[in-house]
Amino acid sequence: MKELTVDAAVENIDTVTAFVTEELQKLDCPLKAEAQISVAIDELFGNIARYAYSPDIGKATVRLEVEKEPLSVIITFIDNGVPFNPLKQAEPDVHATAEERQIGGLGIFLVKKTMNLVEYTYRDGQNILTIKKNLR
Amino acid sequence: MNIKKVKNGTDLTILVNGRIDTVTAPEFESAVKTELDGVKALTIDFKNVNYISSAGLRVLLSLQKKMMKQGEMKLINVSDTVNDVFEVTGFDEILNYDMM
Repeated sequence: MKELTVDAAVENIDTVTAFVTEELQKLDCPLKAEAQISVAIDELFGNIARYAYSPDIGKATVRLEVEKEPLSVIITFIDNGVPFNPLKQAEPDVHATAEERQIGGLGIFLVKKTMNLVEYTYRDGQNILTIKKNLR
Repeated sequence: MNIKKVKNGTDLTILVNGRIDTVTAPEFESAVKTELDGVKALTIDFKNVNYISSAGLRVLLSLQKKMMKQGEMKLINVSDTVNDVFEVTGFDEILNYDMM
């Protein structure tokens, strides 16, 4: 298990992405899965950076675990900010036309569609969001 | 992110290099929007865009809505990875684009 704790700020999305990508490359992660995980980090860490502590700055921890058979990565995002379950957002109408289209909930929807598992719990004052992606 | 713009009369072509995500989407949006006056055909070349997140999709939707009022918008050279994002989110039905 590896862990990284940084300020929850959009400037640190790159730091988190680099931390995760380095591990993925050791696992010969397919490029498509790597891109999907990068997008998930942008969405999830980006949400924490914008909303969890606003207007203050707080910390967020990203934990990475690897499972075998099937080879998969589990990434957990932890913050001590305002309780927020992103999975409760209404799903966007993906068949609406451009004129009707509302944009809320799109990021989390994208994460749910591309990851094998997305889970949220609030425990001991912490938002804990876990994603799992199978690499094979 | 690096953005190149070529304007030819009412045609505007934008070549984007890099990822369109939370950090870079605002830069992408302002780079395109400041050039849109009088543009009837907007082409965005995605050849060097390796991925896009919802922040980038928001900008594309906003550009699409604007261009529907004054002309048309087309994306070219869209990669498989970016196409997957478009398909999952239904943006394949909103945007006009060609694959790489």
